[in-house]
Amino acid sequence: MIQRNRLIALTAAAAAVPAILSGCAASSGSSSDKDQLSIVGFSVLKNANEPVISAFQKTDAGKNVSFTTSYGASGDQSRAVAGGLHADEVHLSLTPDVQSLVDAGLVDKNWDQNATHGILTDSEVVFLVRKGNPLGIKSWDDLVKPGVKIITPNPSSSGSAKWNILAAWAHAANAPGGSDATAKDFVTKLLHNAVALPGSGSDALASFLAGNGDVLLAYENDSIEAKAAGDDVDYIVPDDTLLIENPAAITTDAKPAAQDFLDFQLSKAGQTLYAQSGFRPVISGVQTDVKGANDPSNPYPAIKTQYTIDKDFGGWSKANTEFFDDKTGIITKIISGLNIGS
Amino acid sequence: MSTAVLSQDTRAVGRGRPGVRWTLTKGPSLGLGIGMIWFSLLVLIPLAAIVATAGEGGWSGYVDTLKNPQSWAAIKLTVGQSLVVTAINVVMGTLIAWVLVRDRFWGKRLLDLLIDIPFAMPTVVAGLVLLGLYGPKSPLGINVSNTRNSVTLALAFVTLPFIVRTVQPVLAELEGDVEEAAASLGATRTTILRRIVLPSIIPAIAAGAALSFARAISEYGSLVLLSGSLPFRTEAVSVRVLTFIEGGDRTSAAALATIMLGVALLVIVALDVLQRRMARRG
Repeated sequence: MIQRNRLIALTAAAAAVPAILSGCAASSGSSSDKDQLSIVGFSVLKNANEPVISAFQKTDAGKNVSFTTSYGASGDQSRAVAGGLHADEVHLSLTPDVQSLVDAGLVDKNWDQNATHGILTDSEVVFLVRKGNPLGIKSWDDLVKPGVKIITPNPSSSGSAKWNILAAWAHAANAPGGSDATAKDFVTKLLHNAVALPGSGSDALASFLAGNGDVLLAYENDSIEAKAAGDDVDYIVPDDTLLIENPAAITTDAKPAAQDFLDFQLSKAGQTLYAQSGFRPVISGVQTDVKGANDPSNPYPAIKTQYTIDKDFGGWSKANTEFFDDKTGIITKIISGLNIGS
Repeated sequence: MSTAVLSQDTRAVGRGRPGVRWTLTKGPSLGLGIGMIWFSLLVLIPLAAIVATAGEGGWSGYVDTLKNPQSWAAIKLTVGQSLVVTAINVVMGTLIAWVLVRDRFWGKRLLDLLIDIPFAMPTVVAGLVLLGLYGPKSPLGINVSNTRNSVTLALAFVTLPFIVRTVQPVLAELEGDVEEAAASLGATRTTILRRIVLPSIIPAIAAGAALSFARAISEYGSLVLLSGSLPFRTEAVSVRVLTFIEGGDRTSAAALATIMLGVALLVIVALDVLQRRMARRG
């Protein structure tokens, strides 16, 4: 009798598990009259998206649209969406994070067939330095001088760091007499000067602002935001650097309003607002003053020698395998072979 | 069929302790059922999933992880620093618990309240605060950022409350009479401490130490800002696991996590054995 009671208890318990689990799943599919868009973006966009969203809500298309937003590290956000986080639009740091959603069947494979090839915001790899640039840093070559303390997020864990390292690579490979061998040598020297390799771009910025290092390899938009916020820093745009391209895509089960929102983001009005937050416009003809830029009235001077991931590295999927594969990648090998600081 | 299995099971368990039949009445069996479901959903199933993911690469997955010099350096750093910090906590935690229970001083209540702060604070915030205090702009002139000491510091900060909070109630329950009796029989203070006080609080210290160690080897938030995550020098296992996940290599991430689970289990068992030995000797 006693044993039967235990059996009953265990059976009841076993029956309860699927009920609990299905209960969780059922609650997520609700809808309302008003269109609600879920935007999943990488961390830096939090501040930049706010004015864009409120401007969109003032247009005819956006009148009845409300928003829920989620921001975090680009890779985490991509995995979260692949794992079931609902998104109508994803706006991520680099293309492979969208590609993994294409592979998961959540984003149409033709997502990048638009005027900007799927790119929504641009930036540049720049050098963030102490106020007044006490070390007189001007070019990439200044970074590998002995004693210059560099901070960059770790390219193995941070998407933003991949842009930084590839920018350095492109500089060395395109220098007079440059080759893959000299580029490898240059990046090795650069990483030897690293005093910290934090896990993410925001950790690296926090570490730099706390006083670590002389130079932070950073996004131009982050640098402008830091300067606008009154931090004691300056940023240097080198003559040659890599264009950072952040993609955005509509998911396959997105509400129709999502396309309207993306169209607005890509419009002159939308791009102007992003420009004011520090991002380079992806369309031409955007003119605006930018608080925090080196020259607020001419915030985005053209780069003399502009490298791009497609032109100089044959696209992300090739570059990712060649440089960042966790066993055979060139950069992975440099990092595991250098015993930093020793 | 199932009844047969169950009764056999019951007998098998009963053999461990003769005379005690491990059967349950309605109330406790319901409690056991609910408890097991809760524990399974929260702990057993996720743990099994990690081990299963790690197993996808077979034994070679574990071997590759251990053979990777960067991962191996991270394991050595994390386990080594966690042991150091746990040892520090055993001394400092017990001392603080002693002071809080036995001494009277101004601000004691406040200190008692503040001990739990490292539990309550988001660890990233803790990292930021420590970076401000012990970083390049340190008002105290102490800069440990991007060195191994930063790992020790961060771990010591987040694990401080464990031993204090496990030892404190046991010390408070300890009857003063016994110590007085021992003293009246001529025992010195060291003898009293060694023969009377320590044996009573050692189980609590061991329990706190196990918690403290387990927390230390899994720490991430407070480390990332302070340590600089330099491969081979200050890169902790948690950071390394994140690197694998970012790179899409879940098998390696799970293998490394499983290895750390093994280490944690080993240390917790070792502490338990040690504690039993000490208690018996006392």
